[in-house]
Amino acid sequence: MQQVFTKAMARNIFLGGAVFFLAIYLALSYDTWQRIPERDHADKMTSAVLRGKYLLDSNDCIGCHTVNGEGAYFAPELANVYKRRGPVFIKAWIEAQPTGVPGRRQMPNFHFTQNQLDDLVAYLQWLSNIDTNNWPPNIQG
Amino acid sequence: MKYQSQKVAKPYFIAALALFVGQIVFGLIAGLQYLHGTFLFPELPFDVTRMSHTNLLIVWLLMTFMGAAYFIVPEEAQTELYSPRLALVTFWVFLIAAALTIVAYLFVDYAHLAAITGNAILPTMGRGYLEQPLPTKIGIVLVALSLLFNVTMTLIKGRKTSINLILVGSLWGLALLFLPAFYFPHDTVKASYAWWWVVHGWVEGDWELILGALLGFILIKMTGVDREIVEKWLYIIVAMTLISGLIGIGHHYYYTGAPSYWIWLGSIFSALEPIPFILLIAFSFKMLLQRRREHPNKAAMLWALGTPIMAFLGAGLWGFMITLAPAQYYMHGTNFTAAHGHLAFFGAYAMISLAIISYAMPLLRGRTANSAAAQRWEIAGFWIMVLSMLGIALALTGAGIVTVILQRAADDPMPFMQVQDKARVFFWVREFAGVGFFIGLLVYLRSFFIAGEYEYASEMKQALAA
Repeated sequence: MQQVFTKAMARNIFLGGAVFFLAIYLALSYDTWQRIPERDHADKMTSAVLRGKYLLDSNDCIGCHTVNGEGAYFAPELANVYKRRGPVFIKAWIEAQPTGVPGRRQMPNFHFTQNQLDDLVAYLQWLSNIDTNNWPPNIQG
Repeated sequence: MKYQSQKVAKPYFIAALALFVGQIVFGLIAGLQYLHGTFLFPELPFDVTRMSHTNLLIVWLLMTFMGAAYFIVPEEAQTELYSPRLALVTFWVFLIAAALTIVAYLFVDYAHLAAITGNAILPTMGRGYLEQPLPTKIGIVLVALSLLFNVTMTLIKGRKTSINLILVGSLWGLALLFLPAFYFPHDTVKASYAWWWVVHGWVEGDWELILGALLGFILIKMTGVDREIVEKWLYIIVAMTLISGLIGIGHHYYYTGAPSYWIWLGSIFSALEPIPFILLIAFSFKMLLQRRREHPNKAAMLWALGTPIMAFLGAGLWGFMITLAPAQYYMHGTNFTAAHGHLAFFGAYAMISLAIISYAMPLLRGRTANSAAAQRWEIAGFWIMVLSMLGIALALTGAGIVTVILQRAADDPMPFMQVQDKARVFFWVREFAGVGFFIGLLVYLRSFFIAGEYEYASEMKQALAA
């Protein structure tokens, strides 16, 4: 057995397998790249959406929240929060933070301007229209 | 220890353990903030606690991998390290950069940190595990280049064993896979897709190769089994890692905006991802049974055998639980993932790190193995940490079940925060298990302060008397 199956053969399976599946992955990724703009309506990423996205990233929102299930599990899902709460509630909620309710999980106040709040909402609205294969299962995220 | 230059591994291992302690402290704080949301607020918001916890994890694992490389590559190549001096300078650069980054997290508001470090010019911040400001990320690349230069030059001038080729090759992979951290497209779906190149590429790909190389090295040294057999196993294991894991990345693409075909591709290939871990268990126990010597470092052997089992549980079993698309539809973005993440990171990467430290540190301190008393402390630490981490994983799984039942699959789904309240008991269990883990870590660290080396004569006498 040991003579039949040599180390060199094992190494070739490793190298061949790695190259073969990497090539497949790259081809699939190329195809995915072509399809994403349609699935997430990339043409609707206005300058307000981009500014909102920058605010979300540079304040580490996913350090507590999730976006399409990715991030931390300390606070609610954000990708569908626009549909769950609506723009007026979202802005009022962010401005009212922190609640200071004893023992309740706290969100900092980020001191956003009205324009920044509008940008954030624009980004959250854009997020809520991505085709995610019907995830999350319901509006609660 | 055969070569003087291997000594440079020692500060890496010591710093790694110190950072490990820091990681656990932040983990305990984060766990408490789950239960008592105003704890340390606003001084330490949860996201800062969390990024300190996860970033310290990454840094101490990288510290160990680098120390392991400086220890293993010269010994395998049968030559001195190309430049021990460069390795030592790199150590201090890395440690200081890591410390400054954590201090910046703690004392500078994140958005302000982004503003003063040029994030607007080249945005990289605000992604999980990759929260570091731009200067730190550039520092990581420089440190990696220094490591790669040093170990590659050592490899070139010395013997090219398969273990060394896999180890140095996977260190190149580690560095290359970090580069997408500088690519943060505006399009959120593309950004998430590319983020997994780093995260999945590391923990479900490249790092498994590092794990295999370290485990193979330890087993050759400790069991005396023929190198040809160990290396053949190793190639089969890492082949299965990449054959399953490359397309297996698709299990991150089901519900984040990527095309639907990933649901099938990801489910099929990621379902194969436990196979390399099963092979790792078979491999390490077969080597144990075929051992041609009794190594006095029992603690290191325990870590080496515990690693594949715990890695299988965390990465294999808990990973499989959430990997098939219909299951993940309900479990995605819940504490099921946190349970898997904790058990897999600990079982695979923390434990292989502690295994190589356990094997190498006595040698770096001038002895084959620590005294029996020191080993008893280390083994006690092993069991307390392993059992506590299983407790953490089970508790988080419980919290995940609560979310799936009440929030995801319910006819009348409850809002997030209400569900979190219902899961409180599990968060308490997690926190207690976390305290247990910290005690285990302290017990483990105690073993380093018990002087003396393994005495064959007195151990033999005791064994005969008993």
